[in-house]
Amino acid sequence: MKILIPTPLRQYAGKKDAVDVPAQTVGEALSGLTTQYSDLRKHLYTDDGKLRAFVNVYLNDEDIRYLQKENTPVNDGDTLAIVPSIAGG
Amino acid sequence: MFEYALCLCAAVANKMLTIRQSELDALRRHGEETYPHECCGVMLGRMEGDERIVEDVLRAGNTRVDSPHNRYNIDPRELVRIQRQARERALDIVGFYHSHPDHPARWSQTDLAEAHWVGCSYAITSVENGRATVTNSFALEGTIEEDKRFADEQVRVVVAEAGD
Repeated sequence: MKILIPTPLRQYAGKKDAVDVPAQTVGEALSGLTTQYSDLRKHLYTDDGKLRAFVNVYLNDEDIRYLQKENTPVNDGDTLAIVPSIAGG
Repeated sequence: MFEYALCLCAAVANKMLTIRQSELDALRRHGEETYPHECCGVMLGRMEGDERIVEDVLRAGNTRVDSPHNRYNIDPRELVRIQRQARERALDIVGFYHSHPDHPARWSQTDLAEAHWVGCSYAITSVENGRATVTNSFALEGTIEEDKRFADEQVRVVVAEAGD
């Protein structure tokens, strides 16, 4: 499946805007991504292995928090989008 | 062909945001329309070294209906759609804009705490009594969440020649 890399993280993913990884779940896809590009891990995850709160992960158009999180099954044609939050005051 | 006009509305820095007058007017007008609430949106374009070149600005909704006069948040679902649109147009997300109703066009502690798109520009427009005054832009620098910071950025306004 394809994982879309947002602008701020491309420098840690070989400057790519998208990476293809074989996976059957969201967790496997993200694990495959951070195995290939280990620098990404600290930007996506806290020290205790949880996705950082401001890192939103969308499977096609659905937030994985409202699916089965990292256990959500995926198909080859699916797209995972990593979207850091945009907010302020 | 375009003529170039320099906008001296930010401290000289090696970071630059280049934007057409029409796009700058559009994001400023957005802030006037949503006043006294904050507006927000996305800037699409190209990154070229230390320069971010804006090709289009897209409005977004502010989900902070609990405190819209001094907070903004863009629904990630909207960002996913905008990101898809950008890819189809071979453009990148180069930054974001929002307004500060009756407040200076400088980043706040909340702006910094909630900023995560390192390498992108954050443009802020002060809207006083419903009129847009100053627009400044800041580049989010750093390598990780813990060392991120905003740097003043020069805003270069591109003006089309008459007849274009």
